[in-house]
Amino acid sequence: MLNINNLHVKLETEDKQILRGVNLVVGAGEVHAIMGPNGSGKSTLSYVLSGKDGYTVTDGTAKLDGADLLAMEPEDRAAAGLFLAFQYPVEIPGVGNMTFLRTAVNAQRKSRGQAEMSAGEFLKVVREKAKRLSIDADMMKRPVNVGFSGGEKKRNEILQMAMLEPRMCILDETDSGLDVDAMKLVADGVNALRDAGRAFLVITHYQRLLDHIRPDVVHIMAAGRIIKTGGPELAMEVEKNGYADLLAGAV
Amino acid sequence: MALPQPKLDKLAALTAGLALPKSGWAAPARADAMSRLAAMGLPDKRDEYWRYTDPTPLTTAVAPFAAVFDAGDETPLFDAIDRVKLVFVDGIFDAAASDDLTLSGIEIDLLSRVAALDIHWARDSYGVLECRGQLPVARPLAALNTAFATEGVLIRVSAKVTKPVALIYLHKSDGSDVKLHHCIKVEQGAQLSLLENGPAAARFNSVLEVDVADGARFHHIRAQGRDHARHAATHIFARLGNGSAFKSFTLTANGALTRNEAVIDLDGDDAAAHVAGAAVGDGQFLHDDTVFITHTGQRCESRQVFKKVLKNGAVGVFQGKILVKQGAQKTDGYQISQSLMLDDDSQFLAKPELEIYADDVKCSHGSTSGAIDDTALFYLRSRGVPLKDAQSLLVLAFLAEAISEIEDDAIAEDIRLRLDGWLSRHGR
Ligand SMILES: Nc1ncnc2c1ncn2[C@@H]1O[C@H](COP(=O)(O)OP(=O)(O)OP(=O)(O)O)[C@@H](O)[C@H]1O
Ligand SMILES: [Mg+2]
Repeated sequence: MLNINNLHVKLETEDKQILRGVNLVVGAGEVHAIMGPNGSGKSTLSYVLSGKDGYTVTDGTAKLDGADLLAMEPEDRAAAGLFLAFQYPVEIPGVGNMTFLRTAVNAQRKSRGQAEMSAGEFLKVVREKAKRLSIDADMMKRPVNVGFSGGEKKRNEILQMAMLEPRMCILDETDSGLDVDAMKLVADGVNALRDAGRAFLVITHYQRLLDHIRPDVVHIMAAGRIIKTGGPELAMEVEKNGYADLLAGAV
Repeated sequence: MALPQPKLDKLAALTAGLALPKSGWAAPARADAMSRLAAMGLPDKRDEYWRYTDPTPLTTAVAPFAAVFDAGDETPLFDAIDRVKLVFVDGIFDAAASDDLTLSGIEIDLLSRVAALDIHWARDSYGVLECRGQLPVARPLAALNTAFATEGVLIRVSAKVTKPVALIYLHKSDGSDVKLHHCIKVEQGAQLSLLENGPAAARFNSVLEVDVADGARFHHIRAQGRDHARHAATHIFARLGNGSAFKSFTLTANGALTRNEAVIDLDGDDAAAHVAGAAVGDGQFLHDDTVFITHTGQRCESRQVFKKVLKNGAVGVFQGKILVKQGAQKTDGYQISQSLMLDDDSQFLAKPELEIYADDVKCSHGSTSGAIDDTALFYLRSRGVPLKDAQSLLVLAFLAEAISEIEDDAIAEDIRLRLDGWLSRHGR
């Protein structure tokens, strides 16, 4: 589904290389986790895949089902089925959470040639999904993420994912800042979406989340490259020993 | 103090073709306004409150031409509302297009129809608040209006009137130069909503004097049309009695020059005055909100919320003052003026002022100008919202605080839709 080949990325305004040859293939139905030290380029990878400004791809490719992601506008990537749960969800004063969600859902439906969801139908679906994530009606009425706690913002990301039903979901540290119960809710949200036609790339620092969302493959990223790939046991190893040994062995 | 020769010449040129009515109940007020105007002279760029806005097109002997805008088959704003409609075509009342003016609890007269009378209730209103509003800042164009206005509505309200009165200003002649002067008296405990819509003329000068008596309420919503080349100088002068409320919202889209002045005196105690505006301009557009709010009574609240969206060399001006007089304790004053620049070519000039002579007051003011938040824009797009829609959503979010000053949800929604339409026509 997602095919990243030799991806090199630098900052647009500075001569700073951040990704130095990322290779990654995520197949449909799979869950991959990426771990790695702070600053190793995990968020940058997720931003570049979703089309954020400020980065220049100097080499390599990234494809979603064979389509060149890097040539598409962010909204077209979303319409193609890509979704990023942000490490730092953005506050948008003045735009109601419900309005935002509905606009997004209908924009994607439109771009796929589907009819817009009626207000009633939308409300019903959103209420049901919000309830499962313990997001109350009041949060839906407030402006997007404004005044939300850290954990509320993360749950709101998962709600968006649940509503948009993307095929390629990237979760950037969605577990950070979540209490144990919220972590369980988020994991349930992810697991509910797991199916043969959908794939996940879960960026995390902690083994904990991976107890709930069992990954098929675990990658270790360091200094802009994936330096090691393995099974779930790799996450255990990181949890126990940190990155020192892995980094030493990678050179 | 004698006026300098250039000011004298300009005034002479402008007033040469105008007739000052010599008879009828308004004649003394008109003569008085003329003598005040002669002492002040017309504004020019050297005047303190005209530094950002060049008043020249408002003071030339002949009004600059302004092509009539064709809105196509778009339904005019407020058309869906049950209202008493008064239509003016280039400042001339169109009786056939207007509704019957009889409505219980409210008296509506046309200035032109009652001008010849010797006595009319409006004699005690016409030019009174305008004259008072000349201090401490001179407003010569308002005095000019009082002296020479050819039409206007005189409304006295004695009950809680639920049906709004709507003034529709059509512009059909490229060179029309119109002065309308309205006097509104909302008596004790009464209530009125006034709607105004349309450009009115190629050049429009209006004065709206509103006296809101104790416990009375006045709501005002206006839209200034979509004509690109029109020039307008509007003035609101309001006095608020004990426990009264005044709310005014203005939507401005396009217009070569718009100067909207509001001079509000919170005279009684426990009164509330809100003035708000949303303005959007692309290219040849100068929009100026000049507001002066005086807190005289105690425990009064005032809010000024002005938002402007500018692109392509458009210019926004805000001059807002809150004056809290001695004894106006527990005043709560709020003022915000912001502009959102859709490109690097536009300009926002702001002069917020606070002058406070009471010690127990709460006043805040803020003025900012900035661009669309790229992070928010990316966030929306990453959820599949197309660029233009995402921009519109963020621009409307920026305008939301001003629009939320409109109490009627249906009108607020209609205005939001029209702004959305403007944005989709003028988006990047
Ligand atoms: N816009 C930017 N300007 C300057 N430096 C940047 C920018 N974006 C990324 N970087 C740098 O690139 C490197 C990788 O950052 P990135 O956010 O991708 O790391 P990360 O692996 O997600 O880290 P963390 O685990 O702390 O979230 C860091 O050194 C960061 O400072
Ligand atoms: Mg990160």
